[in-house]
Amino acid sequence: MSTFDLTIQEFAKIEGKARLTVKVKDSVVEDVRFAITEYKRFYTQALRGKDIMALPQLCCRICGTCSNAHILCAVQAVENALGMITSEQTLLLRKLINYGLMIRDHALHCYVFALPDILGIDNILELDESIPDQRQLLEDTFQVKAVGNMLSAHIGGKSVHAPYPVIGGFSKLPDQNRFPDMIASLESIRPAVMRLIQRLAESPFSLHRVSNYVAKIDDEYSFLDGDILTSEGRTYSLMEYVNAIRHVEIPYSHASGYIFDDGVCMTGALARINLAKDKLHPRTKQDVKDALRMFPSTNIFHNNLAQAIEILHSIDRSIDILRHLVIVPERPQTVMRKAGTGVGIIEAPRGILMYRLVLSEKGSIDHIQIVVPTGQNQVHIEQSIRRYLEQNIHQGKDRLHREIESIVRAYDPCMSCASHFLTIKWVGV
Amino acid sequence: MKKLSIGWFSFSCCEDSTIIFTELLNDHYKEWKQIIDFRSILVMQRKESLHSFDVAFVEGAITSKEQEKKLKQIRSVSKKLVAIGNCACSGFPSGQRNDFDPAKQDEIAFLLVRFAYAERVQKLADIVTVDDYVSGCPMNEQGFLTILNKYLKEFGVIA
Repeated sequence: MSTFDLTIQEFAKIEGKARLTVKVKDSVVEDVRFAITEYKRFYTQALRGKDIMALPQLCCRICGTCSNAHILCAVQAVENALGMITSEQTLLLRKLINYGLMIRDHALHCYVFALPDILGIDNILELDESIPDQRQLLEDTFQVKAVGNMLSAHIGGKSVHAPYPVIGGFSKLPDQNRFPDMIASLESIRPAVMRLIQRLAESPFSLHRVSNYVAKIDDEYSFLDGDILTSEGRTYSLMEYVNAIRHVEIPYSHASGYIFDDGVCMTGALARINLAKDKLHPRTKQDVKDALRMFPSTNIFHNNLAQAIEILHSIDRSIDILRHLVIVPERPQTVMRKAGTGVGIIEAPRGILMYRLVLSEKGSIDHIQIVVPTGQNQVHIEQSIRRYLEQNIHQGKDRLHREIESIVRAYDPCMSCASHFLTIKWVGV
Repeated sequence: MKKLSIGWFSFSCCEDSTIIFTELLNDHYKEWKQIIDFRSILVMQRKESLHSFDVAFVEGAITSKEQEKKLKQIRSVSKKLVAIGNCACSGFPSGQRNDFDPAKQDEIAFLLVRFAYAERVQKLADIVTVDDYVSGCPMNEQGFLTILNKYLKEFGVIA
């Protein structure tokens, strides 16, 4: 019979800080507490009263890694509140910024956070450059990340806190003359991403859970458009989604948890691929058809594989856009300040990101609610740790520690995003 | 070959400079693997040694007594300490609660008590001696490279 306490004070190779405490008595898991330990910066309060034009650049400071997703979601929420119709060129450029984010952010997760677990090393820099296979992997890591960075930076001005995407359009348009080189760079990393997909498809790690997967899906798997679909077969409009998501207080965690339709759900790459693998780019589908046969999947670790497939998809969609897009001079639309409510919902790298705004007549923020992917996955993560412990209680503590860290990493949680809001009860809104 | 021993730490912030650091590795990893000993950088590795650093790079503002204690510990084992990004250099934007009106202060008060926040958010220099600053939100990349090269020379790692 096993009786022990297990504490993980800090998780390595994730975005931000989290802590786990476990109590096991007579081989029964009595208590599992997964706590996000990032201190809040109280953005919900800080944004109230601010002018809408400042919102995107304020919100992107919520999180350095998901920065551009916050910009795009904040812009969408404001434009919806003001009834603005965006141009086709603006929509395509926003897609490119998000594809660049997906490439860079998923690559950071897959190569730097997740792969060391599979390779049995502590960090990616431990790879031995004198061994060809390891040198190749090291080169792949930094080349793929760099191309994602390049795409976001060329279109958005910077890969982190991009200055060009604004409400109503772009403050500066990209240089069309650079598109051929960008296409060549994107093409150049496809073989590396194919190797990554192969490695992750062969990973022996598994933890199976039947879950309600939730994702925003459109016909081109653009991450920015569509309805909310669930693996329970339901479709939600954006407002139905807003009404179905409910805050749950987790007293030991700095971050709010969320449940969807009164149940625990999972959002992110695994949810997207499970729900919409048929909508991936045709070239992606052709080139990774063996890996795609593994979906829909109940294996939490296939979130890593799903992210790698999304890197390839983002490359292929970006190449298509860059081949056909002809940049025309276009200034951002004039913003007409007025009272209104608006919702923005996009797929950020880690899942559904939601902004809900109430604007005053002067165009300032009266109320704002921001729900981030890790908030939605927080309860799911804790339940997965419990499930794993119940199945592996007689393993040594070192192994439990190591494998629990791998499970948490598989979700690619972002604590920086998750902990910086304080949920306020909305009255009469 | 002598290496510069460094630690990379994050406190209250969006960790944008950490992301920039991981992006700088795209161009510099081959060179830095040879001349830098990464003793602590939680975003990249589990192994952590808090015994001694030539240089500690610290991102973020300080918002609790627990963070203040850890910062002082880092300072005590580091020959040099560099503030990275605006939150570490100036305390903002992470310190925005310092300027909340009473109504907003009331809304957040219960959490400040529950999780033992400090009364005010502080920049690093309010608590410890800071040897250099790399400002920017995120940090200025060239500024970081300049400071890093300065210490690589100062500690005799490169000529």
